[in-house]
Amino acid sequence: MDKTSPLATDAVNRLVQELSKLPGVGPKSAQRITYYLLRASTEQTQALVDALVSLRQKTQLCSCCYNIADGDMCPICRNPQRSSGQVLIVEQPQDILALEHMGIYKGRYHVLHGAISPTEGIGGNDIRIKELLDRLSAGGISEVIIGTNPTLEGDTTALYIKRLIAPLGIRITRLARGLPFGSELEYADDVTLSRAIEGRQEF
Amino acid sequence: MSNTRTYQTPAIVIKKTKLGEADRILTLYSPTLGKIQGVAKAVRKPKSKLSGHLEMLTYSQVTLVRGKSIDTIIGSQTLNAFLAVKNDLDLISCALYMAEMVSQFTPVETEDSPIFELLLHSIEQLPISADRNLSLRYFELHLLSQAGYRPELGKCVLCRKTLDTTTNSFAPSAGGILCPSCQRLGRHYGYTISWDGLEVMRFIQDGDWESVSITPIDATILNEVERMLRSYMRHILEKDIKSTTWLDSIKHDSANLKQPTNIF
Repeated sequence: MDKTSPLATDAVNRLVQELSKLPGVGPKSAQRITYYLLRASTEQTQALVDALVSLRQKTQLCSCCYNIADGDMCPICRNPQRSSGQVLIVEQPQDILALEHMGIYKGRYHVLHGAISPTEGIGGNDIRIKELLDRLSAGGISEVIIGTNPTLEGDTTALYIKRLIAPLGIRITRLARGLPFGSELEYADDVTLSRAIEGRQEF
Repeated sequence: MSNTRTYQTPAIVIKKTKLGEADRILTLYSPTLGKIQGVAKAVRKPKSKLSGHLEMLTYSQVTLVRGKSIDTIIGSQTLNAFLAVKNDLDLISCALYMAEMVSQFTPVETEDSPIFELLLHSIEQLPISADRNLSLRYFELHLLSQAGYRPELGKCVLCRKTLDTTTNSFAPSAGGILCPSCQRLGRHYGYTISWDGLEVMRFIQDGDWESVSITPIDATILNEVERMLRSYMRHILEKDIKSTTWLDSIKHDSANLKQPTNIF
């Protein structure tokens, strides 16, 4: 779909094009942001430009867990207070933010950067599973907590990781699946309910 | 509730793609409507009431509202979540492959209830099937027949003569088997197929699941049939089924796990 307008200048059209590629930004929003930036102060637009440039230049993936880091290691892997014996496996860096928000977990992470999706052609070699295995083989890890999404892709990834690391003899756990807080039992699906019953706990 | 803009149908979720912040576009296969698409709003949020009922490989009673370009899914109630399949990596992989096959070989909004029955039955039978490779070959041959791509296995495609009990050729571009003399004409590229391989293909193609499933078939012959069908499907689709790569890697892994000392 062409989002450019023959009436606008090339520079305006170019920014509209680029902005509308962003997730959640449609052609109208892109246009609104572009015209807003035209009116904004030079300092404000420069700050945005600087932020975008430093996003690319000053971030890299943590050499240990593949989270977003500002140096060789991410703040979590650098922190000596965090237990290095536990590794929680997540699909994407944003998942760490959600888990860190509650502040209960004191171990470390491993970011896969995706989940196995056979029908989209994403297999075990397309996400960072090999890096995980290398890290586990190096020793010092006593528990692996699988925190992939409760979707078919997340489950496939979890079962695959379990199969690969079972021979290493490390304890494997999985985030509990049950009913979300604030929801209602009558709307729950079979998979959630069956896992909620299987995973029920002493109260 | 008799609003003509809403309609209900049982359907299996065979494909999903992310849309925007929290929505998904789902491809469903329905016995009465064939392959249909619908937008499921906010199903990627944890509190979505629909998400569990609209996950991949779930058989649900779905309610949709007609939209301008695409319909919206407003309700869903699970009929069969295929729990036994979803707890096993190998079974998930087989079922996803079947779903992708249906998605690739069927046209949009064309009713074909035998294809629906085949898919439903095949996923249901996976956990109790003694031989998953046989289940997959049965699914492939029957889906191809139902979708209008039934390969000719009875006689030579070119000369129409009955085939001799010998090594023949399977020619994807010809749509079936060539006898040795027609193969020598060189008009089609053919893969050599053993007599046993051909007999097994015929048996699976013409048989029903009840009789096919109880017949033990040699793994090497099933592998030969798999190679033939794969080349045939690649010829029809002009591309590979994406899940085959995964299916192969899983098969390879499990072979390694089961027989760590076997170097063959």
